[in-house]
Amino acid sequence: MAGLTPRYVLRRLGMFVLTVWLGATIIFIIPRLAPGDPVAAMVSRLMAQAGYIENSAEIIAAWRARFGLDGPIWVQYLAYLRNMVMLDMGYSLSSFPSQVDEMIADALPWTVGLLSVSTLLSFLIGNTIGALMGWPRVPAWIRALLPTTLTFTSIPFFMLGILLVYVFAYELRWFPPTGAYGRGLSPGWNWPFIKSLAQHGVLPVMSIVVTSMGFWALGMRGMIITNQGEDYMILAEAKGLRPSRVFLQYGIRNSILPQVTALALSLGGIAGGSTLVEYIFAYPGMGYLLYQGIVNTDYTLIQGIVFMLILGTATAVLILDLLLPILDPRISYER
Amino acid sequence: MSAATDTPAPAVKTVGLNRWDSPWLNTKFLIGVGMLLVVVLMGLLGPLFWDTTLARVASSPLNLPPAWVQTDNPAFGEPTWDHPLGTESNGRDMLAVLIVGTPRSLRVGVIAAGIGMLVGIVLGFSAGFMGGWVDNVIRTLADSVITIPSLAVLIVISAYVRTVSVENMALLLALFAWPGPTRLLRSQVLSMRERGYVRMARLTGASTFAIMFKEILPNLLPYLASSFTGNVSAAILAATGLEALGLGPTRIPTLGMTIFYALRAAAILRGMWWWWGFPIAALIVIFTALFLITIGLDEIANPRLRGAKAR
Repeated sequence: MAGLTPRYVLRRLGMFVLTVWLGATIIFIIPRLAPGDPVAAMVSRLMAQAGYIENSAEIIAAWRARFGLDGPIWVQYLAYLRNMVMLDMGYSLSSFPSQVDEMIADALPWTVGLLSVSTLLSFLIGNTIGALMGWPRVPAWIRALLPTTLTFTSIPFFMLGILLVYVFAYELRWFPPTGAYGRGLSPGWNWPFIKSLAQHGVLPVMSIVVTSMGFWALGMRGMIITNQGEDYMILAEAKGLRPSRVFLQYGIRNSILPQVTALALSLGGIAGGSTLVEYIFAYPGMGYLLYQGIVNTDYTLIQGIVFMLILGTATAVLILDLLLPILDPRISYER
Repeated sequence: MSAATDTPAPAVKTVGLNRWDSPWLNTKFLIGVGMLLVVVLMGLLGPLFWDTTLARVASSPLNLPPAWVQTDNPAFGEPTWDHPLGTESNGRDMLAVLIVGTPRSLRVGVIAAGIGMLVGIVLGFSAGFMGGWVDNVIRTLADSVITIPSLAVLIVISAYVRTVSVENMALLLALFAWPGPTRLLRSQVLSMRERGYVRMARLTGASTFAIMFKEILPNLLPYLASSFTGNVSAAILAATGLEALGLGPTRIPTLGMTIFYALRAAAILRGMWWWWGFPIAALIVIFTALFLITIGLDEIANPRLRGAKAR
C-alpha cells in the first residue's frame, strides 16, 4: 500500500490539473467581474492602432473569432481554456508582430536558472543551519552565532534586493546593478560571458537566498528538536552509535522529508517573489517581462506570463510530489 | 508555517501559574508586540503632531535630504528641520508619507488575514470534523490554491482592474489567505478529536458545535494567532509587491507606491536613499515585529521549541 502506487500518481496528476485550471479560471473570471470588457478594450485598442498595421481588419476579425467575442461568456471561456492548453497566447499588444509564446520562451531560461540556483542554495544552507541550531551537541558558540543569520528572514526578497543594489552596486560598485550579462557580450560557452553572468547573478541570487534560508532553518530546527524525544533516537544513542552518525542518519534523515513537503508548498510564493526581484534588477526573465507588460498595458503578455508561472510551479510541485514516496516509502496519499 | 507546528501541543494555561512563569512572557513575542505598538502609535498619534497634507504631491520643496545629512551634491536642496526626513522628487514630505502610509499597509494586511482566518476556521473545522468527501474536497482545494503563485494572479487582476481601493485590495488578498489556516486547523482538529477531554465532553452530551467552539477552539488559540500574524505579514508583502509594481491604489500614498515612484525615478542610482529607505525601514519594522510575534506564539503553543537551549 505504500510508495508510488498508481492511485497516488493519479491523485497527484489530478491535483496538478485542478491547480492549473483553478489558476487559469481565476485570471479569466475576476477581471470580467469589473465593469468594462477587457478583451473588447484590447481589440478596440488594436483598432485604434489599425492605421499603422497592415491587414488590420483581418487581424481584428481573427481576434474576435479567437476570443469568441461574438458568442456568450462561456464560449469565450472555452476558447480561452483551449488557447491556454495549447500554449497559444496570441500576439503581444505592445510589440505587435511578436508572439507572446516566443517572448516567454526567450525569458524562461533566465527565470528557471535564477530560481533553481537560489532555491537550491537557500534550501541547503537553511537546513544545515537549522539542523545545527537544533542539535544539542553543537558547540555553544556556533549556536550563538547562528540566530544572527536569521535576521533577514522577515524581509521580502525585493526589499533586500533594493538594499543590495544600493550598497554593492551604487556605493561600493562591486557588482553591476542591472541586467543578466554585460553589454556587447553574446551568450555562449565562453569565459567572458560566464564571468559576466556570474557577476550579474550574485546580487539577485543573494537577495533570494539570504531572505528565504531562515524559513528552512526554523522548520528544520523545529523538526530536529521534535525528533529528539523519539524512541529510535534514544535507542541509537544507547547502542553507542557515533554522534555524527546519529545526527546525520537518524536526526536529519527523519527531519528532511517534511522540509521537502514544505518546499513543494512554498514554490508558488518563491516564484511570485522572484518576479519582483527580476523587476528590481532588470533581470531579463519572466518577472521583468511581466513588468514591461504592466507598463505597456499589454494584457495578452501579462495573461500569458502568469499562466506560465502557474503552470511552472504546478509542474515543479508535481515532480516533488512524485519524488517524495521514492524518498520515503511510508508516504502514500491515503492518510 | 514550520512543520513543527503540526505536532500537538498541550493546553496552554495562562492562569494559576507563577506570574513570571507564564509562557506568554516570551521575549520574542513581547519584543514583537512592542515594535508593532510603536508603528500603530505612530499612525494614530502622528497626525496630531505632523501635518499629513504634506504627503500630497507638490506640497513641499523637491529633493531635500533628511535634516541631519550634510551633502554637497548640487542636485539636492538644503536640508531643513521643516522636513526632518527629507522630501522626494514629487514634492512629498517623507515623514508625512510614513505617517499616512504605514497604518494603511497594516490595515490591508489585517483585513485580508482576518477574512482568510474566518474562512479557514470554518473550512478547517468542517474538514476535520465531518471527514469523508467534505474533508477530501476542502483539502484538495486548499492544497491546490496554496501552490498557485498568488502574487502573479493578483498582478493580472489588478492590471485589468486599474482602480483598486484599499478594501478591494484586501478582499483580493484574502482569496489566497485561507488555505494556510484551513490546513493548520484541519490537522489540529484531527489530532484533538480523539483527546480525552473531547471524548469526555462528548460523553456528557455536548453538541458538536459546543465541542468545537468551547473545548477545542480555546486550545488552538496560540496556533491561530501565530497563523494569523503570519498571514498578515504575507498579505502586507503581497500588497506592497503590487504597489511597488505600480498596481496599488493610486491616489493615496502607500509605502509600496512610494517605493514604486522611487524606483521609477531611479532614486537608488541618484543616491536618494531616504526616498526608498524610509518606507522599506517602516515595512521591515512591521515584518520583523510580525515575524517575532509569529515565532514567539509558536514557542508558546509548542513547549518543545522553547526547551531547545535548556536541554
